[in-house]
Amino acid sequence: MSESPQLLSGDEAIALAALHAGVRLGTGYPGTPSTEILETFDRLGGRAQWSPNEKVALEVGLGAAFGGARTLVTMKHVGLNVAADPLFTATYTDLAGGLVLVSADDPGMASSQNEQDNRHYARAAAVPMLEPIDSQQAYDLTLLAFEISERWQIPVILRITTRVCHSKTIVRPGATPHLAPEPDFARNIPSRVMIPAYAKPAHRRLREKIAAIAAWNDAQGPHQIFDGGSALGIIATGIAAVHAREAAPQARLLTIGMTHPLPLETIRRFAAGCDRLVVLEEGDPVLVEALGAAGIPAEGKPESFRFGELSVQRVRRILAHDQTPEPVPPKGKPPELCQGCSHRGVFEVLRDMNCIVAGDIGCYTLGVLPPFQAMDTCVCMGASIGVGLGLRHVLPEEQARRVVSVIGDSTFVHSGITGLAEMVYNPPKTGHVVMILDNGTTAMTGQQEHPGTGRTLHHDPTGKICFEDLARAMGVQNVHVVHFQSEEGTLERLLKDLLTRSETSLVVARQPCVLAAPKIRFYEKAAADRLQAACPSQLADD
Amino acid sequence: MNNVTNIVIAGLGGQGVLKASDILADAAFRAGFDVKKSELHGMSQRGGSVSSDVRFGEQVWSPMVPAGEADVLVVLEETQVEINRGVLRPGGALIGPDLIGPNVLKTRKSLNVALLGALSALLEIPQEHWDAAIHANLETKLHTLNEQAFALGRAAAAQRVTPA
Ligand SMILES: Cc1ncc(C[n+]2csc(CCOP(=O)(O)OP(=O)(O)O)c2C)c(N)n1
Ligand code: SF4
Repeated sequence: MSESPQLLSGDEAIALAALHAGVRLGTGYPGTPSTEILETFDRLGGRAQWSPNEKVALEVGLGAAFGGARTLVTMKHVGLNVAADPLFTATYTDLAGGLVLVSADDPGMASSQNEQDNRHYARAAAVPMLEPIDSQQAYDLTLLAFEISERWQIPVILRITTRVCHSKTIVRPGATPHLAPEPDFARNIPSRVMIPAYAKPAHRRLREKIAAIAAWNDAQGPHQIFDGGSALGIIATGIAAVHAREAAPQARLLTIGMTHPLPLETIRRFAAGCDRLVVLEEGDPVLVEALGAAGIPAEGKPESFRFGELSVQRVRRILAHDQTPEPVPPKGKPPELCQGCSHRGVFEVLRDMNCIVAGDIGCYTLGVLPPFQAMDTCVCMGASIGVGLGLRHVLPEEQARRVVSVIGDSTFVHSGITGLAEMVYNPPKTGHVVMILDNGTTAMTGQQEHPGTGRTLHHDPTGKICFEDLARAMGVQNVHVVHFQSEEGTLERLLKDLLTRSETSLVVARQPCVLAAPKIRFYEKAAADRLQAACPSQLADD
Repeated sequence: MNNVTNIVIAGLGGQGVLKASDILADAAFRAGFDVKKSELHGMSQRGGSVSSDVRFGEQVWSPMVPAGEADVLVVLEETQVEINRGVLRPGGALIGPDLIGPNVLKTRKSLNVALLGALSALLEIPQEHWDAAIHANLETKLHTLNEQAFALGRAAAAQRVTPA
């Protein structure tokens, strides 16, 4: 296919490649900077779905791949922590269709709670990993990832970083659309049922696959050498490669497209031709340590460059051994909750009641900043409930009675339900109060649907989880809904009452996100119109 | 690298900084340049500082404009001028929001495109590519309004561009 060149973000390029690769199903959970991949795939006509969380997304993807379909699974870096359990054993199995897992890392934490480096997962779980340097490579390496995945029947991780995801660069799409065979179940028990008897040989097979892929990577992997003088050789991965090319155009440069398993012989040959060898990588010293272990000595970067993104200036500093303090960029204005945001009223009440707030992740995390400063903990999605319960268990009663767990609607579905089970099963002596801030969307990442909205990724109506019913069915003692129409002071009175009881309580504070509200109304109207067109009599009966 | 043009567009969330950089990058792409555009975004909430880098030329490597190397800084909000000034190279041009008087535009929402008009006076991108980029990146009902804003900005720049 010779499509004309396009200016695409890395995320868009992956979606386009997935379409050309014949992906039958894309699954994932939103998370910056990965969110736009599935949204674009859907817009291009692919079949994409949001799962409740990343673990489920990977499991659905795995099932599709067992069934013979090419599958794309997307998440942000911390999402892979949630999906790690299926990942570490999925690698033991033999897939039928290709499965590519996109992990979007966020060095510099533009929009994340940590800057973990997911290259460690490639080694830990023995998964091949590809790392594009721009949108063209994001496109090319996605296609390649599917080929590798199918050839060795193994999941492949495509690791991208914020700058690759969100930078737009020119892409020349060149793929002939892949004609995938129709999915068809072929039973293969020893390679898919991981009981010890089958897992033991499976582990050996996995190591053989990785060794074979390493040899392939050396022979024809997606690395590239830019010629230059022998005085300085640079080995770079991801976005660091383009910074390096700009900062040191005179240097010899080896960019490595598949960073696990490494093309060690290629690297060894490259190293032999350089007087000075520097490894440029964002995040942890993963590559430089791997080279050291393989007996290829190379210079890494000083510890201070582990933190934050790299840039052309920072690469110049590393190359020049410049250890002077880096200039601190002037602080911009931090984001704040929108005017009219429903979270505002909740945090005013929590602040005024001097609550100890076990918080969670979403727009509402901004409740930690002035003028509210009404959040005391925030660790990972879903942690608010467990952390709140832990505080309740050990604090003196006067303090324990002020502890409230606050969690968003999307976050609750993602990983709050098990927290609720814990509350019912191990209730603190003083009871506990959990608040779901239900604004009808996943606002933080750009207003995605989730199982509590009752609409699919494509915004079509589907099954809907009712938080109140769920909590009652699970055995939570007090379940209340506070609507935005409720009279002033309702939430405060309710919380005061619940905090004095030694019972388990859930309060759903329900008011749509002001940015999402017009779209929600639009989707609701479209669904109602369609229903009426399809079945006018039924509506008349209601 | 000296044939690469570096532009930084800055402002506050909700002002259309990213839309403006999309239009600029698209216009440069249509004009046949190698283009890279980069920014950090993600959080939905309005109001925080936002900036976007656009680089174009024969061949562009890094998508980020190195500090002190921007040829032009376009700023949509007065309070954001000082914190971004450091991106400009010596002799680089600043296009600030004060270029467009308070009641000149039908809506202040098109300030982003008006300032692109001002920027266009400094760049060698033919008008037809700007038009096409505006059309491709904005809803049809917004085309006329933004074409007018663009023309206004371009005229204003012909009179005055603040030296940095
Ligand atoms: C494991 C994991 N996946 C994804 C994310 C990205 N993320 C942070 S908060 C959030 C959901 C926010 O939605 P919600 O809880 O409804 O709160 P809102 O932003 O709407 O206030 C997402 C997807 C993350 N931080 N961690
Ligand atoms: S995007 Fe929605 S949830 Fe987020 S701050 Fe704005 S109104 Fe609140």
